[in-house]
Amino acid sequence: MSTTIAPPPPALPIARVATGSGGPGGSHVAETGVWIGIGTICMSFAALTSALVVRASGAPDWQHLRLPSLLYVNTVALLASSVTLELARRRLAAIALYATLLLGLLFVLGQVLAWRQLLLQQQSLASGPSSAFFYVFTVLHALHVLGGLCGLVYVQRRRGAGVLSAATYKAAALYWHFMAVLWLYLLLLLTIRG
Amino acid sequence: MTHVATPHTHAPPQSWLRRHVFSVDHKVIGRQYLDLALVAVFTGMLLSWLMRFHLGWPDTAVPGLGKLAPTGAAGGVITPEYYLELMTMHGTIMVFFVLTTAPFAGFGNFLLPIQVGAEDMAFPRINMMSFWVTLLAFLVLIAAFFVGDGPPLSGWTAYAPLSAVGKDAGPGQGSGQTLWAISILIFCVAQLLGALNFIATTLDLRTKGMSLARLPFATWAWFITAVIALVAFAVLMPACILLILDRVAGTSFFIPAGLVISDRLQPHMGGSPLLWQHLFWFFGHPEVYIAILPGFGIVSQILPVFARKPLLGPRVFVTCLVAIAFLSYTVWGHHMFLSGMNPFSATLFSVPTLVITIPAAIITLLWIGTVYGARLRLTSASLFALGFVSVFVSGGLSGFFLAQPSTDIYLHGTYFVVAHFHFVMGVAAMFGIFAGTYFWFPKMFGRMMSETLGKWHFWLTFIGVYAIFMPMHYLGLAGNVRRYSAFTDDYLQPLIPLHRFITIAALFTGAVQLIFLYNLIRSRVRGPKAPDNPWEATTLEWSTSSPPPHDNFGGRRPVVSHGPDEYGAPGPRDYVMQADS
Repeated sequence: MSTTIAPPPPALPIARVATGSGGPGGSHVAETGVWIGIGTICMSFAALTSALVVRASGAPDWQHLRLPSLLYVNTVALLASSVTLELARRRLAAIALYATLLLGLLFVLGQVLAWRQLLLQQQSLASGPSSAFFYVFTVLHALHVLGGLCGLVYVQRRRGAGVLSAATYKAAALYWHFMAVLWLYLLLLLTIRG
Repeated sequence: MTHVATPHTHAPPQSWLRRHVFSVDHKVIGRQYLDLALVAVFTGMLLSWLMRFHLGWPDTAVPGLGKLAPTGAAGGVITPEYYLELMTMHGTIMVFFVLTTAPFAGFGNFLLPIQVGAEDMAFPRINMMSFWVTLLAFLVLIAAFFVGDGPPLSGWTAYAPLSAVGKDAGPGQGSGQTLWAISILIFCVAQLLGALNFIATTLDLRTKGMSLARLPFATWAWFITAVIALVAFAVLMPACILLILDRVAGTSFFIPAGLVISDRLQPHMGGSPLLWQHLFWFFGHPEVYIAILPGFGIVSQILPVFARKPLLGPRVFVTCLVAIAFLSYTVWGHHMFLSGMNPFSATLFSVPTLVITIPAAIITLLWIGTVYGARLRLTSASLFALGFVSVFVSGGLSGFFLAQPSTDIYLHGTYFVVAHFHFVMGVAAMFGIFAGTYFWFPKMFGRMMSETLGKWHFWLTFIGVYAIFMPMHYLGLAGNVRRYSAFTDDYLQPLIPLHRFITIAALFTGAVQLIFLYNLIRSRVRGPKAPDNPWEATTLEWSTSSPPPHDNFGGRRPVVSHGPDEYGAPGPRDYVMQADS
């Protein structure tokens, strides 16, 4: 194998068809990452939905689960947090970002209380398929919300340090709004099929 | 070569630990993945040796094994349960920790950012995390050897309810099976993090001029594989969660009512074992393509280099990759023709299974067309690339018989299937890994591998794998069931001599891999220094030093003005590099 390399041909005008982004770090890479993450999460919950449909349709032991009404309060908190986040992002108001964090935390706490309520009614993971699916869906969603809260804390710290880019903020907000959308879907699913 | 100056995004780390162990550099992470795969592949191979030895000589003790596995192989003779445990661990280690980590996570990590002209992956910290999480998954799986009654015996597919009911189902079905499920769950997380990086990097970090039409074929394959992985592992992950809950939390997702195992009524209600199979194979079939598509990319990149011709039909190639990715999600039921699902759905899954052979066959024809009439430079890399085409075709042809429910019903439980998937995903993917190793080793380590040893390695392995797996088609047609640990006292006894031949071939082919290991280690330490572009190739990794600097291009990003395989050019040299102006 020859390892010598001939001198390159004379230079031509560069980048005749330049369509790569060419950016040093791709300014919207965080948003791309979040979109990919959203795709993954959708797929996981779609798989669980199909599991629920299959499990519910073929089994005589399926009993409809009465959802704790606290869930609707939690829903309001989560939706409100999306609104405050948009306010924070557009007006760059620190107080609205804190409100978002608080509402997000309240949502998770509310979910924990809802699980406690169900457990007191003898509705545990093992007590039946509908409650099992309820816990799987809501716990996984709550974990994703906690991840989103970590992201918002990161945004807050970068903002405090004055190094927050609009793109990062937008990506974090995108994820947070998706959490609300996902929750509405789960609530609907659990109300109809749970 | 033309460059655009870019500011350093991250300076090279100083401490040894940050440079070589907890590194965020995609090149270090890629090598770590490959090292992990190397450990895993020899572990998996040792397990297969034990299985093969037992199949050939079921009553003979394996020296020393009695001490290592006092319950599974008392006195060194493998029990049927222990055979299944070996089989489960062999399959799991090979599919997840070799065929997924090496061609996709290993080579992809090292090369994808360089090939698109980036300084690193889009999310370097997430990238580092994905490797360490993968390692954790591997350690959790290996821990199954050392707990309770040993590793699980439900196969790499972990079919419920066997995998879901706990230790009543047999040795290893207690803590061993739980560790298996946790390991795979962790592995899913790792691969999702990896795939996220691959996709974001390819979409957003391409350098100036690197349009999609100029993307190297290997990068195309890694990118599409990442998309497949993202969807597939996103489904396996919740499936593993449900399996773990069935095992430890008393739920009944996969366990039906009234199930009696080991004379004990299982305290479960109304679950569906078929549900696990659907969820698993919705991941499992795309997983086959996660293992093989990087090999497609590697071969499509290597063959033009050594044929000194552009790949025939580059757009057709990419279109076929996309078609395969799409179709791979429509065929999972062909693993379940015997599962008791509605027989009408068998036809539904059979048709796309036959259709998916069309893009695969077109790609094969493109490779053959590329090397046809070329003055091929026969190196270890190009030999393994050609070997890939051979074993892929050999394995693919048997797929036609298995895609049709009527013939699959006879063949599904036999060695015919063992031959099929070992050729088409196991051996073919391994040949892709070997080709990639011989091709990119100079770039990775700055040293050349021994070509003489590489060629010996190729020919002995090539002959060896055909000696192992070709006779298995015959065994399958003769009705030799798979998953049995011995065939001593039934109608299959006349086939034992053939089993012994296969065992000897497997021991021989396995031993041949020591040549590769020796070549790998020796070249890493004492191989001759590699030039920047030893193969006279064109993609961006060959425009930088061997090995590349921390930021890949020494602080300046290349500008791309050419396609990925402009060979056969007139002038003083017969190729135009992508970064040439």
